Amino acid sequence: MAAGNVRTAEGALDLPAILKDCLMSALVVFALAAPIIGLRTIDTPGGLGIDYRFDDVALAVLAGFVGRLLVNIYWAYGGRRRPPAKVDAIKGDSFASFMKKVGLYGGPVAILFAVAMPAMPFADRYVLDVAILVLTYIMLGWGLNIVVGLAGLLDLGYVAFYAVGAYSYALIATYFGWSFWVCLPLAGVFACFFGIILGFPVLRLRGDYLAIVTLGFGEIIRVVLLNWYEFTGGPNGVSGIPRPSFFGLNFARIAPEGEQTFHQFFGLEFSSVHRIIFLYYLILALALITNFVTLRLRKLPIGRAWEALREDEIACRSLGINPTNTKLTAFAIGAMFGGFAGSFFATRQGFISPESFTFIESAVILAIVVLGGMGSQIGVVIAAIFLIGGTEVFRELEQYRMLAFGGAMVLIMVWKPRGLLAHREPTLKLPPTAKAEAKPLAGAGGAA
Amino acid sequence: MIGIFDDPRIATGAVSKDAPLLQVEHLTMRFGGLLAINDVSFSAAKREITAIIGPNGAGKTTVFNCLTGFYKPTTGRLTLNREGTLFYLERMEDFRISQEAHVARTFQNIRLFPAMSVLENLVVAQHNALMRASAFTFAGLFGLKRYRTAERDAVERARYWLERINLVDRADWNAGNLPYGDQRRLEIARAMCTDPVLLCLDEPAAGLNPRESLELNELLRFIRDEHGIGVLLIEHDMSVVMEISDHVIVLDYGRKIADGAPEAVRSDPTVIKAYLGEEEDEELPPEIAADLEKKTGGEA
Ligand SMILES: Nc1ncnc2c1ncn2[C@@H]1O[C@H](COP(=O)(O)OP(=O)(O)OP(=O)(O)O)[C@@H](O)[C@H]1O
Ligand SMILES: [Mg+2]
Repeated sequence: MAAGNVRTAEGALDLPAILKDCLMSALVVFALAAPIIGLRTIDTPGGLGIDYRFDDVALAVLAGFVGRLLVNIYWAYGGRRRPPAKVDAIKGDSFASFMKKVGLYGGPVAILFAVAMPAMPFADRYVLDVAILVLTYIMLGWGLNIVVGLAGLLDLGYVAFYAVGAYSYALIATYFGWSFWVCLPLAGVFACFFGIILGFPVLRLRGDYLAIVTLGFGEIIRVVLLNWYEFTGGPNGVSGIPRPSFFGLNFARIAPEGEQTFHQFFGLEFSSVHRIIFLYYLILALALITNFVTLRLRKLPIGRAWEALREDEIACRSLGINPTNTKLTAFAIGAMFGGFAGSFFATRQGFISPESFTFIESAVILAIVVLGGMGSQIGVVIAAIFLIGGTEVFRELEQYRMLAFGGAMVLIMVWKPRGLLAHREPTLKLPPTAKAEAKPLAGAGGAA
Repeated sequence: MIGIFDDPRIATGAVSKDAPLLQVEHLTMRFGGLLAINDVSFSAAKREITAIIGPNGAGKTTVFNCLTGFYKPTTGRLTLNREGTLFYLERMEDFRISQEAHVARTFQNIRLFPAMSVLENLVVAQHNALMRASAFTFAGLFGLKRYRTAERDAVERARYWLERINLVDRADWNAGNLPYGDQRRLEIARAMCTDPVLLCLDEPAAGLNPRESLELNELLRFIRDEHGIGVLLIEHDMSVVMEISDHVIVLDYGRKIADGAPEAVRSDPTVIKAYLGEEEDEELPPEIAADLEKKTGGEA
């Protein structure tokens, strides 16, 4: 619908045009609502019957008409016609400058808060559980951020590496009985290895093609886990996965023969929250390691090469950067962190099955990265709190939860098309010269 | 360097000392039925600016794409002589040509890393040296001194080029926010940061105003004289070509139609014909004719 001029040339309100516009909106709403809202299938004794709900349709049409009218009135009286395209909204945008500050100073504050959280009065078991879940997704988001945000490789199958990590841990721990601290690095290595195996053939593809192949790979892993019954337990999953121990002290109520438990060793009253708090700190530490490694890598040649590849692959080739190897490192390192997160997931749940590794998980992790602002570490945190914490907190909304969630995402993408935190700090700045016009530069002379 | 003599892409020998910097022999590039380059041979020397000119679609950019490995030539031999080692460019992958043979290039439509800072653009160009210094990331991850020194050197080299192109003040700007002329010069500086022996510039003066164009001439002369490298220059602006090139090659419909000193090429009747079109369909509008006369120095 052409949202026509709401004022005539003389500046008066152009009523017929507005009415026409509103009627058109109402018509569209009618066309949509009549089949979707107006008809409802019900069980009748004779089979399936149809229930007509004309009053609901009328209500929807009326809402469409009035809504459009309000929009028109808003436009007519000084409102902005359309949200201006904020492609580069860094300057003069108070929100952007606020978010920039959050990006600069928010990190330490958030870390302090996260460390102190279990000691806070509101931190009951439920809150800690949600916090652990959010931290898991933050870690996954940070891992995927290396691949999507820095290297610009659209990976729709990230959950595959999460699954590989989880199953590596679960199977090694249940078959061999090795401890969590041995299995964790192994799970990372396995996931990394899978990343390389997958990456080698597919990283020659670009953009959408890569996205489709990674999507397929994610499904293949899940289907293999589902069907390789003898090894993975198929749809039954793996259960009885050992819990992690605190330097050999486990969190059981009663110690096995000849061992001590955590609460006995420290002379505490037994409480099941101890284990939760331990898991909380475990995932916090893992996530922070992911973050610090990423921040460090970003400032190294490899990280700059990732970003350069995201910006322009052809130019990278002309500068002697091996694109396949560079992408492969991004893919492998991202996969490794996914694997770590997966083994944490397995040890926390104590039970895993292919159900936990469906495409929707990849989509949620990707949404966290994109919503946060690609490449932004703090952005991932904010988006994960919003998406994961939000859906947990609003469980009462029941089936409307996903609707609200989708709507909120659409709104954010309209409002901030480049993600919440799109600001990027350069990885290095030109230091002021100590002695200007100093020594003739060795090496800059090139090959004479 | 073990095994380097076995590498079929690389050869060493006594003759190579006198070989020109770049020797292109019988280069042919076919796209399906289209013969974009047809048996072109030429050579380029170091400490010289070799201009490649020709009407639109003559195949100039295609020559660059073959030299830098973006296209595999249908036939032909491209030999680069880097300090006595010969590299057969037609057998090498694109990124290896920059990495090992040290041929650098710019693009007809600028290809910077727009969301990265000017300085970062110049440091990324030194990727391979920095990668080695960071022991493929491990030394860098732990912040060893060796890597920190290498990074400081890389930044200093970037500063050196920033001074040459007058962009020190804008070193921390996003490259994409620079004005067009600055972007062109930055792309040249970035190519120079790879430490090339041969620099291929695809229409560096396109879209520059006269003052910027003069600055560009200065920069190219500086690169040739101070760094002693060979420059291959595709350019439509005849004033730039005649001013700074030592040697001009003219392509038309994929064939080489002239090769020689700028003055000789300027008065070559085949070249004039290629630019003016055939005698029969002349009747040029007077302003274009006047323009051409000016460019070719009134000898047409
Ligand atoms: N990848 C390709 N596939 C098919 N044809 C191509 C390809 N690249 C170039 N060509 C064709 O080869 C011919 C030469 O193109 P080229 O880009 O080398 O011309 P040019 O001399 O650089 O022209 P200009 O001055 O306009 O830049 C053109 O006819 C072009 O259409
Ligand atoms: Mg061209």
